[in-house]
Amino acid sequence: MKKILKKTKVGTGVWEYEIEAPLIAESNKPGQFIILRLHEKGERIPLTIADASVEKGTITIAAQSAGKTTTELNDKYGEEDYIHDLAGPLGNPSEIENYGNVVTIGGGVGIALIYPIAKALKEAGNHVTSIVGAQSAEKLFYEDKIGGVSDELIITTDDGSVGRKGFTSDAFEDVLNERTIHKSWAIGPVIMMKVCSEVASKYDTELIVSLNTIMVDGTGMCGGCRVEVGDKAKFACINGPEFKADRVDFDVLLQRNQTYVEEEKCALDRYLEEE
Amino acid sequence: MDIKEDQIPMREQDPGERRKNFKEVPLGYSKEEAIEEANRCLQCDPAPCITGCPVEINIPEFIRHIREEDFQGAIDTIKETNNLPAVTGRVCPQEEQCQEKCVMGRKWDPIAIGRLERFAAEWERDQGAETPKVEKSTEGKVAIVGSGPSGLTAASDLKKMGYEVTVFEQFHQPGGVLVYGIPEFRLPNDIVDGEVETLETMGVEVERNTVVGRLFTVDDLLEGNKVDEYDAVFLGTGAGLPWFLGLPGENLNGIYSANEFLTRVNLMKAFKFPEYDTPVKVGKRVATIGGGNVAMDSARTALRLGAEKSMIIYRRSEEQMPARDEEIEHAKQEGIEFHLLRNPKRFIGDDGQVKKVEVVKMELGEPDSSGRPRPIPIEGSEYEIPADDVIMAIGTSPHPLVPRTTSGLETNDRGTINADENGRTTKRGVWAGGDIVTGAATVIKAMGAGKTAAKDIDRWLANGKGWRSDLDEDREDE
Ligand SMILES: Cc1cc2nc3c(=O)[nH]c(=O)nc-3n(C[C@H](O)[C@H](O)[C@H](O)COP(=O)(O)OP(=O)(O)OC[C@H]3O[C@@H](n4cnc5c(N)ncnc54)[C@H](O)[C@@H]3O)c2cc1C
Ligand SMILES: Cc1cc2nc3c(=O)[nH]c(=O)nc-3n(C[C@H](O)[C@H](O)[C@H](O)COP(=O)(O)OP(=O)(O)OC[C@H]3O[C@@H](n4cnc5c(N)ncnc54)[C@H](O)[C@@H]3O)c2cc1C
Ligand code: SF4
Ligand code: SF4
Ligand code: FES
Repeated sequence: MKKILKKTKVGTGVWEYEIEAPLIAESNKPGQFIILRLHEKGERIPLTIADASVEKGTITIAAQSAGKTTTELNDKYGEEDYIHDLAGPLGNPSEIENYGNVVTIGGGVGIALIYPIAKALKEAGNHVTSIVGAQSAEKLFYEDKIGGVSDELIITTDDGSVGRKGFTSDAFEDVLNERTIHKSWAIGPVIMMKVCSEVASKYDTELIVSLNTIMVDGTGMCGGCRVEVGDKAKFACINGPEFKADRVDFDVLLQRNQTYVEEEKCALDRYLEEE
Repeated sequence: MDIKEDQIPMREQDPGERRKNFKEVPLGYSKEEAIEEANRCLQCDPAPCITGCPVEINIPEFIRHIREEDFQGAIDTIKETNNLPAVTGRVCPQEEQCQEKCVMGRKWDPIAIGRLERFAAEWERDQGAETPKVEKSTEGKVAIVGSGPSGLTAASDLKKMGYEVTVFEQFHQPGGVLVYGIPEFRLPNDIVDGEVETLETMGVEVERNTVVGRLFTVDDLLEGNKVDEYDAVFLGTGAGLPWFLGLPGENLNGIYSANEFLTRVNLMKAFKFPEYDTPVKVGKRVATIGGGNVAMDSARTALRLGAEKSMIIYRRSEEQMPARDEEIEHAKQEGIEFHLLRNPKRFIGDDGQVKKVEVVKMELGEPDSSGRPRPIPIEGSEYEIPADDVIMAIGTSPHPLVPRTTSGLETNDRGTINADENGRTTKRGVWAGGDIVTGAATVIKAMGAGKTAAKDIDRWLANGKGWRSDLDEDREDE
């Protein structure tokens, strides 16, 4: 059982939770995630560790209401409530070094997930350019927080309601046109990562993406999270979740994430009906 | 005295009925049936059956107790060497172990040792088994990594010896393969939950959701870094890493590892979706690749989830199938189709979803390194089998996480941890046993390894922790 100490709404449909988990806080490194199960009948779902504080003994996660589990978490769980099961840190940490000039790109809920990486890269001495994107102004969140750990912040919205109009990938291309970038990270919807990957290939620069596959155990035991990387099957939970973008087959990822759409819809509809 | 040649049959759920539910298939012996079966035993001395049991249960003695209606005596005898008789009585490959050696079996049916063992365990459960008392307390703290049969056994034995014991398990529910792999209709999870509860009442700490190697390492446990310091560590992390064949189309939707499929159903209770949140998808035709217990379990599970046709595709013939005879028999009764001497070549999909398996016919050649005839593809014999789901039950190997994150722990090329006959690894203070040492094997072997290691850990702690002592003189000093 893990206790929620603080719950904050950070964007449309996105909440942030500070959870008491001292040992995870101590072991966590940027890029890692946890798996939680809300209750006895719950599903195990992966969520990135968006922040951690060793002093407070807490980790922070951010969840976007997507289907049944995330909606139930965001609707029903608040301060002082307990999450039945929470295991982590899982996955391999991001490779943080002083590379020189780096770009970190976050789209949608990925904005929360790129934060710990941007912060660590900044602390390692990099010149960090962060690009955060959302559909519109009210869906944007965390921009100040990311701005605080970046040398430069670029905001994009699909409708131009704040920042520049367009996608994160457009802004990424502009940055690549301007100066030499030594390494970049992109986390967000699969489509965003795919397009960013195409941009990176065009400029022959290394891009790392964090793959949000379907997972069960998160420890390498089921293979449900497998993705095609460099024409080989890799398990996102233990070989990743970060991979070099140019080696990832995003179409297979998109396809595999479709496996349970009907069931996911059924579970969400049933949940919403009951409420 | 008349010799009863045939085993007393065990009542079973009717195949037509059971293929629609997840309830247990064999229903167990009644008291009368158990006594009647026990009466068939010749009470041999020496008793060859004992040598067939990896933990050397005193079989004639426990059977004699059943005969004399001293069921407490029977369970006590079994529990001297076997902590989980309710489990082994159900899932041991008895026909290749104790029962294979049974004298009666030379001419007639062997004694149904497993069924009698299950009966004794069930009797104890009905009585409301008492939690074993842990009276003394011994200096020393032991950490157990993994809560499969090897870990649970080591934990229980060490606790009874008086040590402080903590079990660390990565899943939210302890039990290892017994809870996430073996289906309800063969081994209800309740039974394992009950055993874990007993352990906890005895004072063993069971830490769930704890991934050793990520949250902390084995070195941390020995050094008291981040966590309490432990004197000794037992590794029973199993062989849970699923294999795939690397064939074209293997990442199509609808293709599962048996681990994923069974975990969704058994551990996450997907058979009760949407009451439980975890889904599993089963179409009309399901093909399971493989010929072991895991394959039988997967195919039979698919049937219970509503598949109209559930098929086994295996590259050798039935004779070479590693699954227990009883499981093959049960699968057949339930209407599983066997496509033998067939090997998949690729998976064909439509819009990302698997639709067909292309197989090639095989013939048997000379024996290979496993001693079984080598299957050889017959060129040009390829054809397609329609399938909406494919379950890969072709084997697993040990997970590299713990070995990779522990300093000085040697593994061999199969990924298993090197350990001696007492379970001692190449790292001081660390023991290992079960599938992590042997590769995928059996419940009783894993239990046996847990027992042996517990004894050796006790000896080591009692002798002042000399890794190099008269007990292990052939070891290098550190
Ligand atoms: C390593 C990793 C880290 C993640 N970190 C976060 C995070 O920090 N915050 C966050 O909000 N989400 C994160 N995700 C995604 C999150 O796990 C899913 O949104 C969640 O499993 C959805 O569960 P659900 O029951 O609410 O929705 P479901 O009913 O399972 O799905 C609802 C919708 O979401 C889509 N979906 C399902 N699973 C995923 C998935 N794994 N990724 C993306 N879309 C999915 C489905 O296609 C469907 O349209 C992460 C995923 C991974 C693999
Ligand atoms: C579907 C199936 C059917 C089977 N049927 C039979 C049968 O009929 N008869 C039979 O005798 N045998 C059968 N077996 C084999 C038998 O179950 C195994 O040999 C036995 O369970 C091995 O026990 P173990 O203790 O070594 O490991 P496991 O049972 O594999 O348990 C290992 C435990 O360690 C945990 N773990 C792993 N890594 C970590 C980590 N880093 N940190 C914390 N915890 C960790 C795992 O989550 C797991 O709970 C079957 C196996 C399967 C998969
Ligand atoms: S534990 Fe297994 S091998 Fe030993 S007597 Fe029981 S059923 Fe037979
Ligand atoms: S070998 Fe068979 S008949 Fe003899 S003691 Fe063992 S179980 Fe009884
Ligand atoms: S989530 Fe099961 S292997 Fe990755």
